[in-house]
Amino acid sequence: MTEKRYVYADNAATTRVLPQILEAMTPYYLEEFGNASSGLYSYGQRARAALEDARARCAKMLGCDAEELYFTSGGTESDNWAILGALRAKKDKKHVISSSIEHPAVRNTLLRLEKEEGYEITWLPVYEEGIVRVEDLEAALRDDTALVCVMYANNEIGTIQPIRELAAIAHAKKVPFFCDAVQAVGHVDLDLHELGVDLLSLSGHKLHTPKGIGALYIKKGMWIKNLIEGGGQEKRKRSGTENVAGAVALATALEYMCGEEGKRERERILALRETLIDGLLEIPHVRLNGDRTRRLPGNVNVSCRFIEGEGLIMWLDLMGVAASTGSACSTASLDPSHVLLAIGLPHEIAHGSLRLTLDVDNTEEDVEFILDAVKKTLERLRAMSPLCQE
Amino acid sequence: MYSEKVMDHFQNPRNVGTIADANGVGEVGNAKCGDIMKIFLKIEDDVIVDVKFQTFGCGAAIATSSMATELIKGKPISEALTLTNKAVVEALDGLPPVKLHCSVLAEEAVKSAIADYYTKIGREIDFDLGCGGCCDHCDHH
Ligand SMILES: Cc1ncc(COP(=O)(O)O)c(C=O)c1O
Repeated sequence: MTEKRYVYADNAATTRVLPQILEAMTPYYLEEFGNASSGLYSYGQRARAALEDARARCAKMLGCDAEELYFTSGGTESDNWAILGALRAKKDKKHVISSSIEHPAVRNTLLRLEKEEGYEITWLPVYEEGIVRVEDLEAALRDDTALVCVMYANNEIGTIQPIRELAAIAHAKKVPFFCDAVQAVGHVDLDLHELGVDLLSLSGHKLHTPKGIGALYIKKGMWIKNLIEGGGQEKRKRSGTENVAGAVALATALEYMCGEEGKRERERILALRETLIDGLLEIPHVRLNGDRTRRLPGNVNVSCRFIEGEGLIMWLDLMGVAASTGSACSTASLDPSHVLLAIGLPHEIAHGSLRLTLDVDNTEEDVEFILDAVKKTLERLRAMSPLCQE
Repeated sequence: MYSEKVMDHFQNPRNVGTIADANGVGEVGNAKCGDIMKIFLKIEDDVIVDVKFQTFGCGAAIATSSMATELIKGKPISEALTLTNKAVVEALDGLPPVKLHCSVLAEEAVKSAIADYYTKIGREIDFDLGCGGCCDHCDHH
């Protein structure tokens, strides 16, 4: 028997470390392992040089200055730092505007501020297409608005928000703008100077670095409080011994994903996405969630009626496909994902959601394989569903 | 996360389907919460001679329905009524705590089907049906 085929289609959850990225970072584990803050001897100096070189390379790919980038442990830390740091720097204002589809790293941080520190949060609607409207932000801004946080691209339905327009509206009222771009960086064209946001978070493991490296962009002139205190690394703004290997990995990943080859890959992945969506929509009682065009090149999210997502994911795994769902049963709570509810799906349809996220490793054959697996799985689960009368 | 038994019943569920001439049918749960179980019984001389189920729900919901039908097949009604959610969980070698409500639903589905049979033959229902998913079970469990 041939080896069982398995297709990884959950790249929004995390990605494979690419060999060239692992290769670029390995010397900073095995040979140049010095502490970048031990500047009195050569090991430390070389580690520092590597760190600053990585920062400059990242900045170049993102369209910002190296001084505006701070390395962190990942997206969650960057999100927490941006929000808590910005709000604590501006204690007199207690109103925050965000979208109703933010990642828990933003959403739960804001919910806690609402519960424990007297903040008032306005959650902008996203409508059926899963996109915030500029006029809603305009109407929501108040004199006591301290911050606007809207994500660049949603992690579940992949929809891309009009960040540049939203940031301009916030700035017209002199309100700073934070954007969680964890799902977007490396997957869409993004130039920080053009974008005009004040704070932006990103995470390496969504673009083929190991887990545990990320960054926060803090625009020149924007001042936020520290989240993590300690030895004063990262220009006294983010303490903790620098992750030099991680920074090198992030720089290498950004150069690949935002470079010529990465851009060509995006076109290829987008074509795969379209084939996958077309194929899925041919199956009865399947609908696409989120706007079809204003979405990440690799994101597919559909709802399959009459079935529940956890069983779907478990069956797909047995068939050889890794995917994810916004169904409640995949989490500790019994409510389906807030994102699917925010685009107006009734609970029972939200329970049957399926997210497939494609990336550089995926091929046309993968798409065919996924379609076949989804068809067979749905047939099977629907055959045992009391809701399905066919 | 799931035991081998649960995975086995999820992959090879026993007694899936419907019974055209069932004389006891019970349905519990609701789609909003993400699980519905429907049980069909064919009862002769107070013995469950055949049982089938349909389930909309997660892996644990499918496995608990399958196991519950196995545990009552061929049994007298009196015995089927003593089936507890705990017995279903034990027979499956355990369930994660967040999935325990699925076993409660399985027990209630069996009772609800037997109650339907009692109603059909004009016998008084002398056992507790549980909430059968009629309560706010999304928040309840
Ligand atoms: C939009 C978004 N923000 C934040 C995060 C958290 O990033 P990390 O896993 O690096 O902490 C994720 C990852 O799932 C994400 O998709």
